[in-house]
Amino acid sequence: MQNTWPYINGAYGVTTIFLVAAAWLTFARYRRALARLRQAETQ
Amino acid sequence: MNENVLSRAVPAKTSGWLHYFANPGRFLRFVQPILPWAAGVSLILTLAGLVWGYQFAPADWEQGDAARIMYVHVPAAWVAMSGYAMLAVCSLFSIVWRHPLADIAAEEIGPIGAGFTFVCLVSGSLWGKPMWGAYWVWDARLTSVLVLFFLYLGHIALIRAFDNKTHGYRAAAILALAGAINLPIIVYSVQWWNTLHQGNTISLAGGAKIYMTMLYPLLISTLGFYLSFLTMVCARVAAAVCERKTASALLAAAERG
Repeated sequence: MQNTWPYINGAYGVTTIFLVAAAWLTFARYRRALARLRQAETQ
Repeated sequence: MNENVLSRAVPAKTSGWLHYFANPGRFLRFVQPILPWAAGVSLILTLAGLVWGYQFAPADWEQGDAARIMYVHVPAAWVAMSGYAMLAVCSLFSIVWRHPLADIAAEEIGPIGAGFTFVCLVSGSLWGKPMWGAYWVWDARLTSVLVLFFLYLGHIALIRAFDNKTHGYRAAAILALAGAINLPIIVYSVQWWNTLHQGNTISLAGGAKIYMTMLYPLLISTLGFYLSFLTMVCARVAAAVCERKTASALLAAAERG
C-alpha cells in the first residue's frame, strides 16, 4: 500500500498553521484595539 | 399609511430583542469576559481532536491511515458552510433591519470563513491524491466548495471596495444572500450528481455510518473547530467595535480642540 503519511502530515500541517496564524493575528488585533481604546478614552 | 405597514412588518417584541443584542456596546460588555474562556476551551478541544485523530484513532479498513485526514477535512468543511450561513443571516439582518453589528459581523466572518474553506480544499486535495490518484477533479462537490471559496473572496473584496462603507456593506450583503443558494448545492451535490467524492457519512436524519472510535474524535475536532471559529469571529467583531469607538473618541477629542 502507498505511504500516505506525507499527505496526512501535509493536511494536519496546513490546518495547524492556519489555526495558529488566524488565532495569533486575531489575538494581536484584539489586544491592540483594546489598548488604543483605553488610550483614546484617557485623552 | 406606509409608516403603519412598516411598523407592522416586524413585531415589536422581535424588533426589541434584535435591537437589544445588536447594540455594539452591549455586545462588547457581553463578549469580553467570555472570550478568554472560549479561547481556552476551543484550544483544548481542537488540540484533543487533532491529536486523537492523528495518533490514536484507528486506521480505516479500506483507506488505511489516509482516513485520518477526515478529522481536519470534515470539520473544516462544516465550519466553512456554517460560516457562510452565518454570513447570509448577518446580511439579511443588515438589509432588513440595518443593524450596524450585523455589518461588522459580516465583514469579520469573511476572512475566517475563507480560511476554513481553504483548509477544507487543501486537505481534501491531499486526501484525494492517494485515494483517487489526483489532487483535483471537477467533481460536483469539489467544484461547489471551490465556488464557496470564491464567494468568500468576492465578499471580502466587495465589502472593502467602496469609499463609503455603507455602500460596501449593502453590495456585499446582496452577494452573500445570492451566494447562499450554493449551500444546498454543496450539501446535496453528492446525491444529485454522480461524484467521485463519497456520500454523506454523517447526517442529521440518517445518523452516523462510522464506528464510535472514529466518530468521537471527529465530533471533538468538530466542536473545537466550531468554537475556534466563533471565538475568532467574536474577538474580531469586538476589535472592530473597539476600533470604531477609538475613532469616535479621537474625533470628539479633535473637535474639542
